Amino acid sequence: MKGMTIIVKKTTRLISGLVFLYGIYIITHGHLTPGGGFAGGVIIAGSFILLILAFGSDFPGLAREEAGSTLYENLAILIVVFLAVSGLLAAGRIFFLNWIPKGTPGELVSAGIIPLYNIFVGIEVAASVLTIFLALVIFKEELAE
Amino acid sequence: METAICIIAGLMITGALYAIHAKDLLSAVIACGIVGYGLVICFLLLKAPDLAIVQIVVETITLIIMVAVVLDSSREEHFVKPDRKGYMSMAAAVVMTAVLLYFFILSVAMLDPFGSGSLRMASQYINGAVELTGSVNLVTGVVFDFRGYDTLGEATVLVTAVLGVITILRIKGRR
Repeated sequence: MKGMTIIVKKTTRLISGLVFLYGIYIITHGHLTPGGGFAGGVIIAGSFILLILAFGSDFPGLAREEAGSTLYENLAILIVVFLAVSGLLAAGRIFFLNWIPKGTPGELVSAGIIPLYNIFVGIEVAASVLTIFLALVIFKEELAE
Repeated sequence: METAICIIAGLMITGALYAIHAKDLLSAVIACGIVGYGLVICFLLLKAPDLAIVQIVVETITLIIMVAVVLDSSREEHFVKPDRKGYMSMAAAVVMTAVLLYFFILSVAMLDPFGSGSLRMASQYINGAVELTGSVNLVTGVVFDFRGYDTLGEATVLVTAVLGVITILRIKGRR
């Protein structure tokens, strides 16, 4: 996959970091402001897709990236399941129990286990969308060979 | 607000109709974008910013992938003249639409006016969620606490979708 012109590359270099940070903001403030794991994860995946579209990428590098994103996706969903099971092990014996102390509502570190769910679901969604995009790009490259 | 939503819904229907009849597939894809972004504005007008954020991002990425697919394959759509079987299918579709519309009008007449009359469960969520979950954003509180099973199912669906995509799109085996 070839890259684009120098204008697109410069603009991408300026913007992609901001998009990535905005995704992290949406995820970490998911229990305070609109947004959350799903929305922020797709925004993070969007920043990576922007980079790949603008700069292009050689095929072996892409395959390596896809292996990494698949690994992160599976690890993140596994941790989400473990977090849900941790409610079974805690005092209440309830699946998906919010057993961590909740703190004062409205602060960044509050709401118990919900921010952790947000973060790991965000990682999972970002890695999933990126994996689907990379799989499509790799399919095109393999077809061209 | 309702007139604004009606205007946007009309635009969305126009875009969808154009997408069906467009000769150039690229313009059909862009017209599909009208439907998605119109839905974003509808969500914002109905005061659902969580949904609006998800919809605008997913719509953009889907549009990118669809434009890439169209640019990579043919840009023209091949029209086939309908034969007898095609006319039968069209007639069946029209009859089905009329039946669905009739029952839709019947059911709308029985509903409460829009925005009023929430369920007992929903009012429990609205009144007690902040104390029970500690989350100020009510939607996140419901999604990750009261309806945790739903969220787990959604995440599993995404993983399964990725598995399917990787399985279908692999030409050579991975060494």
